[in-house]
Amino acid sequence: MAEVRAEMVANVWKVVATEGDQVEDGDTLVILESMKMEIPVLAEEAGTLAKLHVAEGDVVQEGDLIATIS
Amino acid sequence: MLESVLVANRGEIARRVIATARRLGIRSVAVYSEADADLPFVREADEAVLIGPPPPAQSYLDAGAILAAARQTAAAAVHPGYGFLSENRAFAQQVEAAGLTWVGPTPEAIGQMGDKINARNLMHRAGVPVALGSTEPVTDASAALAEAERIGYPVMVKAAAGGGGIGMSAATGPEGLQTAFETARTRAERFFGSPAILLERFIERARHVEVQIMGLADGRVVALGERDCSVQRRHQKVAEETPSPGVGPQVRERLLAAGVRAGEAVGYRSAGTVEFLLDVRTQEFVFLEMNTRLQVEHPVTELVTGIDLVEQQFLVAAGEPVGFDPLGVAPEGHALEFRVYAEDPVRFLPSPGAITEWEQPAGPGIRVDAGYEAGNQVTPFYDPLLAKLCVYGGTRDEALGRAREAVAAFRVAGPKNNLPFHADLLVNEPFVSGDYDTSVVAGLRP
Repeated sequence: MAEVRAEMVANVWKVVATEGDQVEDGDTLVILESMKMEIPVLAEEAGTLAKLHVAEGDVVQEGDLIATIS
Repeated sequence: MLESVLVANRGEIARRVIATARRLGIRSVAVYSEADADLPFVREADEAVLIGPPPPAQSYLDAGAILAAARQTAAAAVHPGYGFLSENRAFAQQVEAAGLTWVGPTPEAIGQMGDKINARNLMHRAGVPVALGSTEPVTDASAALAEAERIGYPVMVKAAAGGGGIGMSAATGPEGLQTAFETARTRAERFFGSPAILLERFIERARHVEVQIMGLADGRVVALGERDCSVQRRHQKVAEETPSPGVGPQVRERLLAAGVRAGEAVGYRSAGTVEFLLDVRTQEFVFLEMNTRLQVEHPVTELVTGIDLVEQQFLVAAGEPVGFDPLGVAPEGHALEFRVYAEDPVRFLPSPGAITEWEQPAGPGIRVDAGYEAGNQVTPFYDPLLAKLCVYGGTRDEALGRAREAVAAFRVAGPKNNLPFHADLLVNEPFVSGDYDTSVVAGLRP
């Protein structure tokens, strides 16, 4: 079980992956936006995207859980 | 002179415009979003009007809310700063239609330069050198491939309505072009509301050199020297200097003349910047774009000329002569600007947060244009610029020495910031020698 967390305060601009997807290390899960910059949030290991904890338009704080990969 | 001015911007630039207004006895009106209520510019203006919630579309980009604030405070003029609505032709027109003075160029000049393809074509006709590239918008991938074949690789792909380096990337062959085109098109639609794409011949070793121009009330256009902005990350400037260490007297003369010609071609009024790419090997330069507004890095020009550019903007807007001899501009010494961004100094990722400590350097040759102070919150809604650290010296070496001390003395705690990057830059051999190009940051942070 791997948890993917936000590195900074940001808005969730785009949710790219879908729960249940098979993801590879380095796949883009979600794209955040902060300070006029898009920040892709990547899977850090291969597995199944068990849970997405954010939706487009959400505001995440540093350390917030974005996705769980199992 | 103008009686009052509404500053349609935020952060350091709003504060900087307000400072000159105050010095000249012009009543200043700040507008601010809910996110910015505690920032210094709101307090330092004579009046301040809350115009909306934090997202720019509902505040600093909301022309209706800004014009309502101008009516409410009986402001006589609008200064747009940079970014936001500063290069929005329709907004400039609305301001003038409301009977207010627009502190900037004519809406027509903004429109002509805002479309980069139109601007390129116009510059070419005016005798300003342009790179081999698109003369009309490229709308699909196959057209982009054909256009790249015609121009010859490598090519730069960018948004025709864009700016700020957003969506811009280079392609060395057809495979890379597909990706570059798709990236540029998505970003162009999202950020600039237009999918039009432009391709240009890419220069391998280039310096980004720009000319500060001023269009006077009597119609003359003068050049106030150049700035070198080759220190960039993600095609966005991080540090600037004037004069450019890569420009000799002959190239400078041609550059400044080209800048003036560019301004004359659109009947330019007020402060503007004509950007060029200078090929390091051939010493040839080509027109990149024109920014029809005050530029972020304008302080370096002010430091070497002694001219307050915002004051000149106010004078020109009021139809008055400028406060300097237009034929006798003679820059002296050397100035650099270091943009202090709320971002980590290695990967350059944004880092919003609360500022718990803020101690800025001061002393001879040091100028800090800051948008924040201790206790402020840096929010994710706007660009990461916290402050501009500007240094002046009689020589480049003296300025670099002062810059090292100033960077070391600048303390910001809370959000991560790029001061450590500037410390590294100031001991980087290519940068210190002056022999650097737009790849200098990539060399420092491989």
